[in-house]
Amino acid sequence: MSSQEVDFDVIVVGGGVAGAVCAYRLAEAGRQVVLIERGGEPGSKNLSGGVFYCRVMEQVFPGFADEAPVERRITRNVLSFLNESSCVNIDYWDARLAEPVNAVTVLRAKLDAWLAARCEDVGVMVMPGVRVDELIFDGQQCVGVRAGEDELRAHVVVAADGVNSFLAQGSGIRAKEPAKHLAVGVKSVIGLSRAVIQDRFHVTGNDGVAYAFVGDCTQTVAGGGFLYTNLKSVSVGVVLRLDDLAAKGLTASDVHDHFLAHPAVAPLIEGGELLEYGCHLTIEDGPAMAGHDLTRPGLIIIGDAAGFTLNTGLTIRGMDLAAGSAIAASDVIAAALDAVDYSQQAMDAYTAALATTFVGADMKTYARAPAFLEVPRMYRDYGLLLADVFHGIYDLDLTPRRHLLGTATRAFKGSGLKFRHVLRDGWAAVRAL
Amino acid sequence: MTDFGSIQDRLALNTYALDEGQNHIEVHQDVARATGTGKLLVRVCPAHVYTEEPDGTITAAYAACLECGTCLAVAAPGSLTWHYPRGGFGVAYREG
Repeated sequence: MSSQEVDFDVIVVGGGVAGAVCAYRLAEAGRQVVLIERGGEPGSKNLSGGVFYCRVMEQVFPGFADEAPVERRITRNVLSFLNESSCVNIDYWDARLAEPVNAVTVLRAKLDAWLAARCEDVGVMVMPGVRVDELIFDGQQCVGVRAGEDELRAHVVVAADGVNSFLAQGSGIRAKEPAKHLAVGVKSVIGLSRAVIQDRFHVTGNDGVAYAFVGDCTQTVAGGGFLYTNLKSVSVGVVLRLDDLAAKGLTASDVHDHFLAHPAVAPLIEGGELLEYGCHLTIEDGPAMAGHDLTRPGLIIIGDAAGFTLNTGLTIRGMDLAAGSAIAASDVIAAALDAVDYSQQAMDAYTAALATTFVGADMKTYARAPAFLEVPRMYRDYGLLLADVFHGIYDLDLTPRRHLLGTATRAFKGSGLKFRHVLRDGWAAVRAL
Repeated sequence: MTDFGSIQDRLALNTYALDEGQNHIEVHQDVARATGTGKLLVRVCPAHVYTEEPDGTITAAYAACLECGTCLAVAAPGSLTWHYPRGGFGVAYREG
């Protein structure tokens, strides 16, 4: 089609981190951009666990951690192996994580509204309350979007419509995702005063803590629990892999409630006021999901819609990858607009560009992490074993003491685990995670 | 331990713009029953949108939907039609 028939240079569908960053950069470069969002307000449909590894945002919004409505700067990370009546924590605090700011907690209704406002600052037409129903193709070429009776046309369409990406599925780019690639996050935001958060979590100022739990938090369903401190609330909940949730016969909200009532968790939220109960689908096997094509002539898929989420066991990442993929896409689209070339070849520069960024590199590095996280021993046996080792150390029951090796060996023998499994899992862990 | 009430009580704290003109969820009863999807939907939906009635049919209280898409992801082919509510309708998170 000829260029005079377009309404915008670029249509971006979805006002999350990916969509907003992509739209912002293109408009900043002088392009005509519309950002279409189905929520009545940008951010109103968006929910994430809440830790944003935000260093990448400095490239787009210098001073992001100071300017944007972020909650707390995460300087303390706790990995918690949770059992029914015990837990073993690795508690890591480091002042270096504060300068430069590495990770912040966010509440998306606030953050994404801010991102949309920054988009408007540089001339993006932000169009909330509009659900895009399908992409419009002219042969193989994507030429626009349809929302109800309305059609909008552009040189390039960016699908940033999230994990469910009806656009990618509807246009045949992505098949239905297997349940084992997906997980449901169920989260409560619980209000606590600043003073209580400082006392309870040993944080000062705007510093915060991020807990990752594995084990009894999910009642053996593959996945985990999390608790993140915000300024005046905590985000707490579980992430449950869908195939395993289905197989174990449990109810998602019950698993969430079991976690919040756990003796290691309940005191952390005691006396709090529920501000919001929400949920969101998330990606457990991003590397597998992002393996499909990410482009068509005139079309680029970014963020969760493309599958850019990583669960490395220790860090859970999505928003940083969303921003990284959006930056790569905006560079490629800007070049395509300059060259007036929206062919498959021009769009494929996106795939090549991603490979040179941390997004492509990390998706590759962690390609085997999802397979490792399928090991069922992760969700029960190893937590119990750790607690038994420490119980052997600290429970001075008047029997003669053994050295650590003897204590550990006894705990191991009592665990029913097989040495070759532990060896294999340990070796896989250090290579996959 | 702090009691946060039933799921219905908790959802009552959320803001929704109810689309009275359009239900965005449709359970196809025969397939849902034959495949076991019906009972699965009741369990996996964090908002308790789905209920199994005494006669085995699955009803969907679409007004409570948090729009995560979990139901669609686990539903057997042909058992469920689910899409996002029309633009501007449905849940509006204030925290997220």
